[in-house]
Amino acid sequence: MRHAILACALALTAPVAAEAGGSPAANAFNPALSAILTGNYWGYTRSPDGYALPGFQLGGEAGLANEGLSLAESELSLSANVDPTFYGKLTVALATAEEGTEVEIEEAYGEAMGLPAGLGLRFGRFFSAVGYLNELHAHAWDFADPPLAYRAFLGQQLFDDGLQMRWVVPADLFVEVGGEALRGRAFPGGSNGGTPGTWDLFLHLGGDVGVSQSWRLGLAHLRANVDARESTFGPAASFAGDSDLTVVDLVWKWARHGDPTLRNALFQTAYFRRQESGTVTVDGASGGYHGTQQGVYAQAVYQFWPRWRAGVRYDRLWANDPGGDPAVLAAAGLESNGHDPERATVMADFSPSEFSRLRLQYDWDRSRPETDHQWVVQYILSLGAHGAHSF
Amino acid sequence: MNTDRYRWFLERPAAGGGRLAVIVVALLLGLAQPAAAKLEVFACEPEWGALAEELGGDDVEVFTATTAEQDPHHVQARPRLIAKVRRADLLVCTGAELEVGWLPLLLRQGNNPHIQAGQPGYFLAADYVEMLEKPERLDRAEGDVHPGGNPHIQTDPRNIARVADALATRLADLDPGRAEAYRDRHADFAHRWQEALQRWDARAQQLRGTPVVVHHTSWVYLEHWLGLVRIASLEPKPGVPPSASHLATILTGLQARPARLVVRTPYEDSRPSEWLAGRAAIPALVLPFTVGGTPAARDLFTLFDDTLNRLLEAVK
Repeated sequence: MRHAILACALALTAPVAAEAGGSPAANAFNPALSAILTGNYWGYTRSPDGYALPGFQLGGEAGLANEGLSLAESELSLSANVDPTFYGKLTVALATAEEGTEVEIEEAYGEAMGLPAGLGLRFGRFFSAVGYLNELHAHAWDFADPPLAYRAFLGQQLFDDGLQMRWVVPADLFVEVGGEALRGRAFPGGSNGGTPGTWDLFLHLGGDVGVSQSWRLGLAHLRANVDARESTFGPAASFAGDSDLTVVDLVWKWARHGDPTLRNALFQTAYFRRQESGTVTVDGASGGYHGTQQGVYAQAVYQFWPRWRAGVRYDRLWANDPGGDPAVLAAAGLESNGHDPERATVMADFSPSEFSRLRLQYDWDRSRPETDHQWVVQYILSLGAHGAHSF
Repeated sequence: MNTDRYRWFLERPAAGGGRLAVIVVALLLGLAQPAAAKLEVFACEPEWGALAEELGGDDVEVFTATTAEQDPHHVQARPRLIAKVRRADLLVCTGAELEVGWLPLLLRQGNNPHIQAGQPGYFLAADYVEMLEKPERLDRAEGDVHPGGNPHIQTDPRNIARVADALATRLADLDPGRAEAYRDRHADFAHRWQEALQRWDARAQQLRGTPVVVHHTSWVYLEHWLGLVRIASLEPKPGVPPSASHLATILTGLQARPARLVVRTPYEDSRPSEWLAGRAAIPALVLPFTVGGTPAARDLFTLFDDTLNRLLEAVK
């Protein structure tokens, strides 16, 4: 399967290159093809294998990146209008696994076009609209790693199979409402299939202030009916029960005269709150769990010179005393033991063009009670079709 | 016009009490719209906003997505733009991939069926003019090249006339009730434009053959119209910011082959052209580039008046 996908992607690149200058042939209908190459060098002062967020179960891809020099995810993306009715997009991430290469389908969705009244319908696998950063690809994030809240509450990034409806209100203010019904495969879900395991609703408001400022406010609520959710990092535990997550986020951008080329500033912040109620199982022993967890982050990035940016970020998480059987919860890593994870980050990056970026970043990481000094040098290269300037 | 988009909803068979709900919803939606249903135009750049106003007059409500101080390559799909795309009856943009980074996203997120590609409400100016500088080699090592040709078509007033012809027809097609008004306004505009063109051509005679240095290759259509000769671009490749070494190379080249001016748009960094102009002892000139680019460039006519005034003043 994975070889077939690669072969497909490679076969598509050749005719695109050959087509330029020639007469339009059958391959003129090729979809827009792009590849993102990312690599980094991570240095840690504590072992990344023992990474944990006390009081939180780690799922999805919530762990730390490999230490040392390594490729991060390489991403291949194809998109095109299918016909006058549908638009389609496929994004495949290739990552190095312990044995060989791991292929993951991040996005594979169709979108209905031209539905009456401006309704938007997406189906297949996609990044959920819960949380501003969640909808952006990792290479579009302003830091080399996600906010702690995304690790703790969304397993780094939530993408799942299902259906999404959106509707933009025809008004001067940007008002978008929408909802998703998801299979529940991905963290914070953990569905055995059958009925959709994860549901969410979202509301986005946005607009401009004068010519140089713009903003977006997001509000989302997600409910997951969890049959069994296994940890992917840290202590091996399984959770079953209900999970309710609320996310409020704000994005604010400034650019001189509204033109970001010379100087611009970005600010974003979010608040996450999750309530979970159910049973935790570790090594065959079960116990009740009623947890309330919260997280915040705030980040600011400033482009002080054309192509050069610098940024700061602060993260913090809280988990309450979840009650239940202390021995089981301690074994599951769900006891915070009075430690609230926090992290402070500084970052500088340089973009030779719109299609490439080099980044240096330092995290003062107190995810665990002992401080971890984390350094990363990162490159991001984007090949092929012109990327989208999403807000 | 705005009521059209809810017609599917109103004409839907609704039974009994359902009909009341339909009417209430329709009224609520109606309240969100101005009573006099003007054709709502979403213009990507100021020159097309100005043209839509010339041709549409009071029959259109024009929203312009960018200002003259913004580089149309680097706009983001901001929430406000999505909201405006959602309401538009007609989209007027340059095309030729100038807006490739943001327009497709706006169209998908706004989900407005009337202005999707191929619909009558989707109008690209570049479809109606002859494109220059079509690249022979598509390679990003050549910078941010546009496969369809150089998209900055509005700097030649003869292109404005061609786009005006097509846009007037499109407005009449979209809003047949007021077709005559669009035709009349277009006839009037075309007449005034031809007069202005003759005036501009006469004034611009002395500019023919003037050697210039440009910041970005934004002026190929102006060069073509006025017979200016481009000696160099401050950007080493299109879209790549000027570097110190590239500027030094240009300065050396100017000793053998001098230029009269360094030209840039209002949104471009002034430092590279000021640096070069200072060393080469020639004027660094900001041309309006589009409507609103300079205080004098208030509409399409004064855009070219001011462009010529500035050029003639600089070569005097």
